[in-house]
Amino acid sequence: MTKAIITVVGRDTVGIIAKVCTWLADNRINILDISQTIVDGFFNMMMIVDVSSLDKTFGDCVTELEVLGREIGVDIHCQKEDIFTKMHRI
Amino acid sequence: MINIFEVNETNKMISQEKLDVRTITMGISLLSCCDSDIDRVCEKVYNRITTMAKDLVATGQEIEKEYGIPIVNKRISVTPISLVGGSACKTPEDFVKLAKTLDAAAKTVGVNFIGGYSALVSKGMTKAEELLIRSIPQALAQTERVCSSVNVGSTKTGLNMDAVRLMGEVVVQTAEATKDADSLGCAKLVIFCNAPDDNPFMAGAFHGVTEADAVIHVGVSGPGVVKRAIEQVRGENFEVLCETIKKTAFKITRVGQLVAQEASRRLGVPFGIIDLSLAPTPAVGDSVAEILEEIGLEQVGGPGTTAALAMLNDQVKKGGVMASSYVGGLSGAFIPVSEDHGMIEAAANGRLCLEKLEAMTCVCSVGLDMIAIPGDTPASTISGIIADEAAIGMVNQKTTAVRLIPVIGKTVGETAEFGGLLGYAPIMPVNRSDCSAFINRTGRIPAPIHSFKN
Repeated sequence: MTKAIITVVGRDTVGIIAKVCTWLADNRINILDISQTIVDGFFNMMMIVDVSSLDKTFGDCVTELEVLGREIGVDIHCQKEDIFTKMHRI
Repeated sequence: MINIFEVNETNKMISQEKLDVRTITMGISLLSCCDSDIDRVCEKVYNRITTMAKDLVATGQEIEKEYGIPIVNKRISVTPISLVGGSACKTPEDFVKLAKTLDAAAKTVGVNFIGGYSALVSKGMTKAEELLIRSIPQALAQTERVCSSVNVGSTKTGLNMDAVRLMGEVVVQTAEATKDADSLGCAKLVIFCNAPDDNPFMAGAFHGVTEADAVIHVGVSGPGVVKRAIEQVRGENFEVLCETIKKTAFKITRVGQLVAQEASRRLGVPFGIIDLSLAPTPAVGDSVAEILEEIGLEQVGGPGTTAALAMLNDQVKKGGVMASSYVGGLSGAFIPVSEDHGMIEAAANGRLCLEKLEAMTCVCSVGLDMIAIPGDTPASTISGIIADEAAIGMVNQKTTAVRLIPVIGKTVGETAEFGGLLGYAPIMPVNRSDCSAFINRTGRIPAPIHSFKN
């Protein structure tokens, strides 16, 4: 399993999760966990996903999610999980 | 499993607090390029660098994208060129030819600096080393990306005062040779005592002869992250403050360790060290001076500065060594004047003087760094400053360095502009008391008594 973390931050609007999840399904990315909050009207979501069945490079996935984010009007970042586990776990 | 708060903390460090990997530096040994013919040496050097480092920049960009962490610079350090060109270079011009080759190779592979136009002369100078040193002004004037360093002393060998005298002259000549760009050449020239073999940071990086064929070193930064963390413990005691700095340094270093391991794996080059240095940039919020001010100083340079810096430097190292088994290079807090918004302000309003900076170098990780001084400062005075700084390193068994920029045509009250990460600096006054009779003595200052540990 290759885990990645997707974060979505921006002004709350209808269908953010739907659009992101559809894109993930189309690209064979399995969602393992979702946390989501609204702070001061801002949508803040984190997904832990499995990208081991991804049929494109991880770099392309990062770029496409950024583009999707711009279309929806939110910031989407996709990062390999290691950067977080290395920093926060001994 | 990782939670949303941890993810947000990391991403906030990157997006708002300027956490970055300052450099991935590939060290490349050029010892196999030695030849008696200068053109052959140049050809071998160019081919070796462009082969070994051909994927360095692309790999750096790939890692940057996949982990979402900026990797600001991709750089190369090479074996000290005085050794590589030793048997081929008969004149300073021959060495300049090698410098141009390094510059061309750097441009081909797309790195922004290449370090190692260096000579290690802490005890004595060979003919070739002296030729290289004499070629530095022209080499730095005629190239764009080449960085030069000279090690003039060590705790084990004492100080080579002939080299110290020569370097004062070379600094002035380099300033003259690049006077059209505010003597920018001097920003690419470092004079060391106890130079480390594995420093990834420019301008002092070179690939030491103790190193393997090729190696990946990573320099991480993050003054903004440390500042933001200690803002949360304002007014707390020193134990809480130190714990906060250590924890932050740990987190930053772990990111560097990850990037270093990935770069090493993808490039098929062994991992060397992580250099955890709080390396400021001229941007607001990316300043070591601002950390010291957050610790409790009204402005850097005033009473308390040295103690606060000593504590900061030590906690950064303590947090860092827990995060990686191979912490090396300089690791600590850098205090370059022109590259630090807070230092620039303090120097401009006269609260930070050269003498206080010298005191600060006793407890920080490097030395008198990126300091603009009047263009008419005599070479002997510059040599005197180099000798003072090297003596601090020699006696305290630490690395010290001098990167002074005598800005030709400018004097106290004016500002030198270097551009980009090198920043800008107010010209600082220099004590003009003459030390030429001291500097003109020949020979060496012996190693201190506590160096005899065998």
